[in-house]
Amino acid sequence: MILQVNGVSFGYNGRRVLDDVRFSVNPGELMVILGPNGVGKTTLLRCINAILKPAEGAVWVDGHEVLGLTPQQIARRVGYVAQQQSAGRLTAFDAILMGRRPHIQWRVSDEDLRIVDGAIKSLDLQGLAMRYIDQMSGGELQKVAIGRAMVQEPKLLLLDEPTSNLDLKNQLEILRLLRHAVQDHGLAAVMTMHNLNMALRFADKYLFLKEGRIFDVGRPEEISAETVDAVYGVAVEIHRHNGNPLVIPKEEN
Amino acid sequence: MHFAQGEIPRQYTRYIGRKSAFIGASFLFLAGAILVSISQGAAGIPLEGVVRSLLGAGAERRYDVIIWNIRLPQALSAVAAGAGLAVSGAVMQSILRNPLGSPFTLGISQAAAFGAALAVMILDAGVMASTQVGAVTISEPILTTATAFVFCLAAAAVIIAVSRLRGASPETMILTGVALGALFTAGTMFLQFFADDVQLAAMVFWTFGDVGRANWFELALFSGVTALATVYFFANGWNYNAIDAGDETAQGLGVRVERIRLLGMLVASLVTAVIVAFLGIIGFVGLVCPHMVRRLIGGDHRFLLPATVIVGGLLLLISDTVARLILAPHLLPVSILTAFMGAPAFLYLLIRGYRR
Repeated sequence: MILQVNGVSFGYNGRRVLDDVRFSVNPGELMVILGPNGVGKTTLLRCINAILKPAEGAVWVDGHEVLGLTPQQIARRVGYVAQQQSAGRLTAFDAILMGRRPHIQWRVSDEDLRIVDGAIKSLDLQGLAMRYIDQMSGGELQKVAIGRAMVQEPKLLLLDEPTSNLDLKNQLEILRLLRHAVQDHGLAAVMTMHNLNMALRFADKYLFLKEGRIFDVGRPEEISAETVDAVYGVAVEIHRHNGNPLVIPKEEN
Repeated sequence: MHFAQGEIPRQYTRYIGRKSAFIGASFLFLAGAILVSISQGAAGIPLEGVVRSLLGAGAERRYDVIIWNIRLPQALSAVAAGAGLAVSGAVMQSILRNPLGSPFTLGISQAAAFGAALAVMILDAGVMASTQVGAVTISEPILTTATAFVFCLAAAAVIIAVSRLRGASPETMILTGVALGALFTAGTMFLQFFADDVQLAAMVFWTFGDVGRANWFELALFSGVTALATVYFFANGWNYNAIDAGDETAQGLGVRVERIRLLGMLVASLVTAVIVAFLGIIGFVGLVCPHMVRRLIGGDHRFLLPATVIVGGLLLLISDTVARLILAPHLLPVSILTAFMGAPAFLYLLIRGYRR
């Protein structure tokens, strides 16, 4: 098991956002965290990589408690793709090279350059490597951000809504790419998402948060209409299509 | 995870090579510009004489006197001040995530002007030697400089204190700086209103940034501070790149964003405070130069910062040389020229398509 979240609670200014959250993720597993806006999905990701300090509980990554590690040591184990990417005047190659920072002592080594080139090839970004990222589209920029997290050579990948603002083709590309990265390299990945059908199609496990607590955890085929109704307050039907569950809101009337 | 199939792309090494070549070429250009600048002035000195004097290889005695007492310290002051102001500006623009970032955005120059005015008024440090233009002297330069410096640091301290309370976000720092700038400007106007003619002249005179003001000792002092700060900035090049990608991404890469932001602001303010205290207020180099260099070689701080140091020194040296010659025999303070050139240059960059 790579990630173990042990009874994590967190509050902003006395208002409790997360309450006793506990779950674990194994190598090769992609977990998706679902729930309404403001339920604490992003807060949970930030607690996992110690950008925020949980009030109670502990997070273990690859056998280490994260609060006992320095930020640099965490960055060697956990890659984080934030929801917002701002783009400076850097080439895509340099932007991805930045992911080597936790490993770089003083100078960039040839090995670092080779790893970045390898990541660019595996993301199929060769044609974009020397372009400035401030001239890129949202989908391209998102791939660069994922590349940056991948060259950190992490055990655990955290992604905060990696497909928001992307068109259908780009959503599929990003999720397929994540799927492969997770399986091929034995990573554990946790992502947040709003699109239920995409989430259920690509994730190995889902986790529903409601009012800061875990409401339901399971495999995509185990999802029930009652759960979705209870979490979002929307009546839905669940259909099967080629083995994938499809969540469809019921008609009003 | 590991990527085994990678190799070092030729295209990338060539790209890096071009940037290094740019830095090398501008360094050579700077060295040449120093020689030319020293040769120019009321008494023209042939380049050969300049080189002989600098190498101590038997130049004419009067050349030695002019070069070692006047021209060389002035040229080196221009280079050191330009380098320090420009690199501080580049770092500020990154850590404040704002294209208008420069130590002046944070109210540092207004604080210095207030400190100098206070020294002239209350501590009686300014005297007018005659009624001729340019004959105003600050009778207690050390006292004035020290007071200006203290107020620069006070401004920086207030910004850090507010950042500690509210979190070191770019907005907090910039808005605090704007408030401080307004406060110190009001303080200076208050002093000027009650000043007599002599004091008023001395206050205004002090604010004209002039690189001819520093002696060898002062030059050594602010060059040393600039050099140390530059080493610190270079060592943090990766951190500034990461902060450019967003605070959260930087934190995910193991960067202690708030600490880097506070320290960067402190060091940049210190450099500016030392330079402004000795030379007066020289605007626009810190603002325009980083934008120019960014347009030429991109925003990667590993290369941007060294290039900004050199180009900043070069820009102020050229400006100062032109300022000395343009209205000869009058010597124009360089700050007037930089402001005149800086504003159109900035507008040009803006219209040509500005990028951070």
